[in-house]
Amino acid sequence: MDSSNLFLLMLALGAVAFYIGRGRSLAIATPLGGIRHLHSLPNYYGLNALLWCALPSLIILVLWLIFDEPVINGIVMGSLPADLAPLTTADYNLLLNKISNLADGIMSSKGQPASLIAVADSMAGLRVISQWVLTALCLILATIGLYWGWYKIAPDFRARQSVEKVMENLLLGCACLAIFTTVGIVFSVLFESIQFFRSVPFFDFVFGLDWSPQTAIREDQVGSSGSFGAVPLFVGTLLISAVAMFVAVPIGLMSAIYLAEYSGKTVRTYAKPALEVLAGVPTVVYGFFAALTVAPFLRDLGADFGLTISSESALAAGLVMGVMIIPFISSLADDVITAVPQSMRDGSLAMGATHSETVRRVVIPAALPGIVAGIMLAISRAIGETMIVVMAAGLAAKLTANPLESVTTVTVQIVTLLTGDQEFDSPKTLAAFALGLMLFTVTLLLNIFALHIVKKYREQYE
Amino acid sequence: MSNSMDNLQKIKNSLKRRSRSETRFRLYGRVAIAIGLAAVLALFVDIVSKGHGAFKATYIQVDVHYDADLLGITSLADESQLMQANWDALTKSALRNKFSEVSGRRDKRQLYKLLSNGTGFDLKEHLVVNPLLLGETESKWLLADDDIDTYYKSWLDGEPYDARLSKKQVEWIDQLHQQGHIRLQLNTNLLTRGDSREPEQAGIYGAVMGSLLTLMLTLMLSFPIGVAAAIYLEEFASKNRFTDFIEVNINNLAAVPSIIFGLLGLAVFINFFHVPRSVPIVGGLVLTLMTLPTIIITSRAAIKSVPPSIREAALGMGASRYQVVLHHVLPLALPGMLTGAIIGMAQALGETAPLLMIGMVAFIVDIPQGFTDPATVLPVQIFLWADSPERAFIEKTSAAIMVLLSFLLIMNISAVWLRKRLERRW
Repeated sequence: MDSSNLFLLMLALGAVAFYIGRGRSLAIATPLGGIRHLHSLPNYYGLNALLWCALPSLIILVLWLIFDEPVINGIVMGSLPADLAPLTTADYNLLLNKISNLADGIMSSKGQPASLIAVADSMAGLRVISQWVLTALCLILATIGLYWGWYKIAPDFRARQSVEKVMENLLLGCACLAIFTTVGIVFSVLFESIQFFRSVPFFDFVFGLDWSPQTAIREDQVGSSGSFGAVPLFVGTLLISAVAMFVAVPIGLMSAIYLAEYSGKTVRTYAKPALEVLAGVPTVVYGFFAALTVAPFLRDLGADFGLTISSESALAAGLVMGVMIIPFISSLADDVITAVPQSMRDGSLAMGATHSETVRRVVIPAALPGIVAGIMLAISRAIGETMIVVMAAGLAAKLTANPLESVTTVTVQIVTLLTGDQEFDSPKTLAAFALGLMLFTVTLLLNIFALHIVKKYREQYE
Repeated sequence: MSNSMDNLQKIKNSLKRRSRSETRFRLYGRVAIAIGLAAVLALFVDIVSKGHGAFKATYIQVDVHYDADLLGITSLADESQLMQANWDALTKSALRNKFSEVSGRRDKRQLYKLLSNGTGFDLKEHLVVNPLLLGETESKWLLADDDIDTYYKSWLDGEPYDARLSKKQVEWIDQLHQQGHIRLQLNTNLLTRGDSREPEQAGIYGAVMGSLLTLMLTLMLSFPIGVAAAIYLEEFASKNRFTDFIEVNINNLAAVPSIIFGLLGLAVFINFFHVPRSVPIVGGLVLTLMTLPTIIITSRAAIKSVPPSIREAALGMGASRYQVVLHHVLPLALPGMLTGAIIGMAQALGETAPLLMIGMVAFIVDIPQGFTDPATVLPVQIFLWADSPERAFIEKTSAAIMVLLSFLLIMNISAVWLRKRLERRW
């Protein structure tokens, strides 16, 4: 049976189990004098039967779907006759794909060697068997579960506790998904990065000054080795982020101060959401704006003053990224500024300080840890921002601190290295994961540090 | 005595300076807000001014003669004949009839370029629906080529852009304009068709459907899981190191760059589990992982805002902790959770970078019908079009952005409305 149909069937069986369980508990309770003689409400007996019936088979179904294909592929490729046995991993994958297509009937078997067709047939056979075994297993488990859930129903059976125990574990599982995601991220970038660092030494990568990640198609190609020195990328990323921060920090901070300390209620109710619109605009829109409006505008403006500004300048990408980050900084700063106790302001004003002096000498110093944390979060966002730089920054890795020139960033390189058809285990694609590892580590450190500051600061005034 | 007089004098002297600095400080604040608002305005004005034109397309009126001989068919019922028929011959002969003075191969070829190369196909569909037209002549408005479209629109605006046209073509358009046989019409292709290499035939329907499928999956997965995680953390988890660890993880994931989620999806879903590339399933899974932290955090805030007295009252009446949560806390926290879900979905709808990693950047003409059909999403379509060299795609891209922004606007407004309408203050 098809897996999705099997899934639906299991759900249907679960529903049946619910009604059977509920009905049986009622049938048991009625001669005793009503459901008050049951430990739990009838619905809990039904739910218990449902869980026993559907949960084990659904777990098996999911696990089977995950491990089915690798196991079958392993069996098939292990039983290959000697004349077909592949030499390299690339050949292996190609052959596997071919056999799989033959087995699915996507590829015509005309003109293929007989041994290959035999292998494909055995694969198709294994797939059918696997599906049947799965169906049988699920049905048997469901029947046993249904019987067990039915059998357990008794007036003193603590059905509610039993159901709630399962539910608690389900909830815990959902909460743990965050951990699994983090672990998944760490492992997926780490494994590929370790592979990458086998072919390119770690220090060459981190301190190398030359980035040209082409790899050879032929052995004898000129400049085939490719060099993976990531310093130009780090510098480019920092340059664009610096431009962005140069725009976002003063504007974001000053608007937060003005909105929190000076503006009337009307200005605040309209200006704050209007600024936050900027946070809701997708980054691809900013990228389009940067590449097609801001960059040409800056180039023409530069030409008027006799400056050569590249049409993929770091300045254009950075300016637009800064605009994107303004609401981020202003809302975080607004939060910490409004959290500063009023008594501190009153004290300063009572001493004869003007409003701006109070803000500068009392409120800002008091809110500083929070503001710093907000700026750090903003930096981490600027470093990880992808679409704006992919669309508006350059591709060539140039080691320069001049914002008028074109630079490239870590995220741009990840995207360029991974979009397109390459083999998965060439250093070129693996380099993207090494860059991802760098990006993840840096942003993680910034985030942890910033969140730590925020937490500590929050406790101070609470 | 004189000392205190001195101080008073000093203070008096400094007052002017201090009040000037006060004014200056206020001015900085106003300027900062003005710059921010100007940026919002510039962004929207720029997009709208570039994109509004794409909702209209240039059409040219010609007399189409549905000539069976020209097509090389005998009957409309035969599918194989329809496949092989020379549909372009219809538009070509119609153009030749309209401009009978044009001769010579080169001129004729330029003449044929007035109309989109998809018009033959449009005529085929039209004829199949109206079989009685075979052998008849009909006056019909046909879609113009994108270069003609760009020129005609810019010419109407008073700044003709004719870099891609020949002198002859410009003359013909003039002639058509004087006869009233060229006009702007509502561009239905934009909203009803999939992607195309020809700008005038390209539409965003495929991308919108892809976005819809991806978002549906994201919502179906991330909302229940996020709410469940929030319930666990707020209502059941005991305060220990493990719970702290989960919390730290969630907070960090919320700030991890989205492209990292793309790497995760590539390594885990595509390379490990062999889920096919470019399908909404992978997109949905990646976006689920990405939006989960947002949904968990907002759901927790919503649960926190339900006053403890309600829980205590229910517990006092003999409800179990699960009954308290399911019957009382959850319904009261639901508006807040839904708001969070909508915000999370808006974030997912605008997300591009992780989807580039998992291969949703393919050029896909067909409209996706299910979760396993190759698809692209609206922001990725915008990215692809923005990269295209054809000038006409700039207009299309801006129009697609306008559509995307209006979806986001609707989602955000409904979130605000939901919060205002349903949220209770305790």
